[in-house]
Amino acid sequence: MHIEILSTALSPWQLLADYERAQQHLHGKFGATAVFVGSMRDFNEDESIAQMHLEHYPGMTEKYLLELAALAMEKWQLADVLIAHRVGEVRPADTIVVVAVWSAHRAQAYEANRHIMEELKSRAPFWKKEHTSNGESRWLEKNTPGHV
Amino acid sequence: MSIQVKFFASLRERFNQNDTSIAAGPSQTVQDVWQTVMGEQAMPANILMAVNMEYVDAGQVVKDGDEVAFFPPVTGG
Repeated sequence: MHIEILSTALSPWQLLADYERAQQHLHGKFGATAVFVGSMRDFNEDESIAQMHLEHYPGMTEKYLLELAALAMEKWQLADVLIAHRVGEVRPADTIVVVAVWSAHRAQAYEANRHIMEELKSRAPFWKKEHTSNGESRWLEKNTPGHV
Repeated sequence: MSIQVKFFASLRERFNQNDTSIAAGPSQTVQDVWQTVMGEQAMPANILMAVNMEYVDAGQVVKDGDEVAFFPPVTGG
C-alpha cells in the first residue's frame, strides 16, 4: 500500500509507472488495475475559479487513508492500493487525487476504487478554499454526490 | 499536562480561533472542551470532531494528553 500527500505537482501517470516498476513482487499477480484521477476544474457553480488552496489535518489524513486502504485490501482481496492527494496551492487542470487499485479481476478493482474514492470524499480530512477570478475566496461547504 | 485543541479550515477562520491547549479535568467530554475554548458560542450542527485523530461524537470523554480537533465537513478529492 502506498499513501502520499504532496504539496508539489502530482503527475498521475508517472507516479503509477514508477510505482508499478518498483513493485516487482506484484508482476503477474493481478489481472485488473482501476485508476481514478481527479483534477481541478476552472469553474464551480457558474463561477470562474483561478486557484484553490487545499488544507489537510497532518497525521489524521494519512492515518485515515491508510486504514481505508487496508480495509479495502481485505474486503476485496486486492493485490495493492495507491492513494495520492495534493495539498497547498493548485490551479485548473492540476491533478488533485489519484486512487489506483490492483486486483485479480475487474469487478473487485472497479468496486474497491469507487468505494475508496467515495469514502475519501466524505471522510478524509481535506478542505478546499476556492479563489475566484474576480478576487474573492470561499471555502467549499460540501462535496457533490458521487452517484448520478 | 493538558489537552491540545485544533481547529481547521473555515471553522478556524469563522471563529478566528487558532490551536490552543487547555487544562485537563475529570469527566471532560469533547463538548466540554468546545465550551471551555469557545465560551458561550454554540457548537455548529454540522461540525466534525476527532480525538487523537479518530472521529468521535461530542459525548466522547477525553483525558490528559489527548489531541482534540474540530473541523467542518470535508471537501477533498
